[in-house]
Amino acid sequence: MNNNEHVSFLEHQGKYKGIFAWIFATDHKRIAFLYMYAIATFFLVGAILGLLMRFELVAPGETIIKPQTYNGLFTVHGIIMIFMVVIPGLSAVFGNFFLPILIGAKDVSFPKLNNFSWWLFMFGSILAVASQLLKSGPPDTGWTFYAPYSTTTGTSVIIATTAAFILGFSSILTGLNFIVTVHRMRAPGMKFFNMPLFPWSIYATAWIQLLATPVVGITLIMLIAERLFGIGFFNPDLGGDPVLFQHLFWIYSHPAVYIMILPAMGVITEIIPTFCQKRVYGYKAIALSSLAIAGVGFLVWGHHMYTSGMSEQARWFFSLLTFIVAVPSAIKVFNWISTMYKGSIDMKPPFIFALAFIFLFMIGGLTGLILGSVATDIQVHDTAFIVAHFHYIIFGGMGFAFFAAIHYWLPKMYGKMYNFKRANIAAVSLFIGFNLLYFPQFIIGIQGMPRRYFDYLPRFQWAQVLSTIGGVILISAIILMIYNLIMGVRKGAKAPSNPWKGSTMEWQIPSPPSLENFDTAPVVKENPYDYN
Amino acid sequence: MSEHNIHTEEHRDDEASKLGMWLFIFTELLLFGGLFLVYSIFRAQYPANFHESSLELSVTIGVINTVVLLFSSMTIAMAITAIQKKNKKLTLTLIGVTLLMALLFLVNKYFEWGHKFEHGLYPGSELIQLLERGHHLYFSLYFFMTGLHALHIVVGMVLLIICFVKVNKGSIAHDKFVFLENGALYWHLVDLIWIFLFPLMYLIS
Amino acid sequence: MENNGSHITEYKVLVRILLILLFCTFLTIEITSFNLAAFTVTVALLIAGFKSYLVLAYFMHLKYESLLLKILVSMVFVLFIVIVLITFIDYSFR
Repeated sequence: MNNNEHVSFLEHQGKYKGIFAWIFATDHKRIAFLYMYAIATFFLVGAILGLLMRFELVAPGETIIKPQTYNGLFTVHGIIMIFMVVIPGLSAVFGNFFLPILIGAKDVSFPKLNNFSWWLFMFGSILAVASQLLKSGPPDTGWTFYAPYSTTTGTSVIIATTAAFILGFSSILTGLNFIVTVHRMRAPGMKFFNMPLFPWSIYATAWIQLLATPVVGITLIMLIAERLFGIGFFNPDLGGDPVLFQHLFWIYSHPAVYIMILPAMGVITEIIPTFCQKRVYGYKAIALSSLAIAGVGFLVWGHHMYTSGMSEQARWFFSLLTFIVAVPSAIKVFNWISTMYKGSIDMKPPFIFALAFIFLFMIGGLTGLILGSVATDIQVHDTAFIVAHFHYIIFGGMGFAFFAAIHYWLPKMYGKMYNFKRANIAAVSLFIGFNLLYFPQFIIGIQGMPRRYFDYLPRFQWAQVLSTIGGVILISAIILMIYNLIMGVRKGAKAPSNPWKGSTMEWQIPSPPSLENFDTAPVVKENPYDYN
Repeated sequence: MSEHNIHTEEHRDDEASKLGMWLFIFTELLLFGGLFLVYSIFRAQYPANFHESSLELSVTIGVINTVVLLFSSMTIAMAITAIQKKNKKLTLTLIGVTLLMALLFLVNKYFEWGHKFEHGLYPGSELIQLLERGHHLYFSLYFFMTGLHALHIVVGMVLLIICFVKVNKGSIAHDKFVFLENGALYWHLVDLIWIFLFPLMYLIS
Repeated sequence: MENNGSHITEYKVLVRILLILLFCTFLTIEITSFNLAAFTVTVALLIAGFKSYLVLAYFMHLKYESLLLKILVSMVFVLFIVIVLITFIDYSFR
């Protein structure tokens, strides 16, 4: 590649100047950066809120925070992490940056719509922050907004739910954009089954974003209407049913967790073959299992509601479907391990994070089976066990996949390398801190420690102390990791086009890419994972 | 690569635009789907109350509105035929008629709702709070669903007005009319929702 | 690229479809004036389903679109129906 002639997308001069060249950008790569900086900021804010909760929980009784404040804390921690970090996270950042490149396209199908999605995201996020500052007080309902408390509490529920609605609309438009992109923008000669597996995962995710989000959209509007007009859908006094809110809410929010994890699995599926220099095992199985997870994932929502008063038949049905949906996920894990078998393994930071992902995701997934079974779930519903489960799956899963992705693709995005030793130290410290923080919560959860409680029996304190120490280690490791990446971007060595000997299309182009990605037509391989 | 603007002109993909519009329609179907789900649950729980409440609605106005919308769906579909046949004047007339029908629908809705409001029946009113459970839920659903539907009629009208202007200007023509197609698709969606809303609200005897 | 091979739906076809739709509407009104209990809803919904098929196929041109689009549209309706049915597993057996 002639780096003298190559103008990277970062240096490109377009219609706008300065900050406007960014916030009005229609280049998918710049939009990815816009999302990344926003999401990283929200993540850190959410993490600090989490740390505050951990300091409160280090001792029984009121430690540093009042009870009402604690309720507001776990609510906003959830709202930020779920709606502003984990749901958009991988799709909006790495989907935006790499989906077009991996399919040999110069951008997404609707670049202006893409920019508009980001503005919606920012607007929704600002509204969510505003809900914290209004006189009526931050919402204290939990991010799940269950009726009847959410329909009656005096706190700023309407603003928060409006924010969630707008964020949902952003998600819908991104999903729409990506679906059309995959159908219409693939390079000539690239059929669906020639696509790499990250685009496959983004595609499956996009369908969930498109079809599931409207349901929570209308549900939130119903909630607002209940607060404003007393329409009664969820009020037993007026003939309604609070459990109906739960149904409607989880019809979206369960598929939402697949929005979180499918791109994460896609990232891992890109990283493992590269660092094993071996084609991925079971390409078709992985591609189809992504679609299967997306599809079956729409049918299991009731497993969040086993103790709500649903009929026995409903509990039976949802439990069965939940066990079924675990199968395609397990298929992926099997395929990742099989890819590693007899591979030429290179323990670089992306691969370390990928290994951590597999371990943490397995724990999250296996504990999910305990929750899928009605009898055991009833014991641990609304306890710290659940909190541990979803943090393993979401943070250990999607979070670590995000870290893996940034370590994998940073050289391509910025054209710089980072320090591997510091990255590995950060990765290991993250892993240790993470497990120390969340594993004890499984134990005290089974023993009866409720979730969303700021106070607890003294016999649970040993675990809470361990968890808080774990939290401090975790945050420190995150800071180290981010510091290392920033130092790499600022002062790191120049990155070659293909630092990892990868096989997919992003490694065929310079680091960073030029504005329209491919200065010469991309080479479409029949098998995208070709290491010969 | 220097000029950033060129690639937007070169890249015109009508199939992509149309697919995008269909996908957006899917989201609207699921949005209303949530309301239809709530309706079906409560109707199953309060069949007698729902029947009684629906007698408050005027079937006549409902039928007029149904005919109006079905007719408007035809006219906007015809508008596409007209633009394909290079008949700009007819295209404009047909879009105009569609808009007129839409206005007629809204006027009917205005009188329908107005009549209810006069009798103290509106979301949050004292009277509605005192209704029996099934009745209350029925009217909550009635106002919510027809209200949301009417909002979509307004949005549809805005889209169609933009179509009208573009056809007039010539930026929609026989060889580039995907914008009109998409506007029409949105309009048909509004009609589709009403096709289900009408019998479920007005004809449950 | 011209649109979808430029299939043009003739005016008279559209008029005929409208007439069928109007007929179905009046059919629904007639049928629902009898009390057939559960069947009333079923029949009304079936006719509405047929009407929406006509709007989708002819007014929205789906009959002449790609197989992909036809499958996607069907999938969305199926998804909605499945979600309603599953929710009723709860409410029917409480």
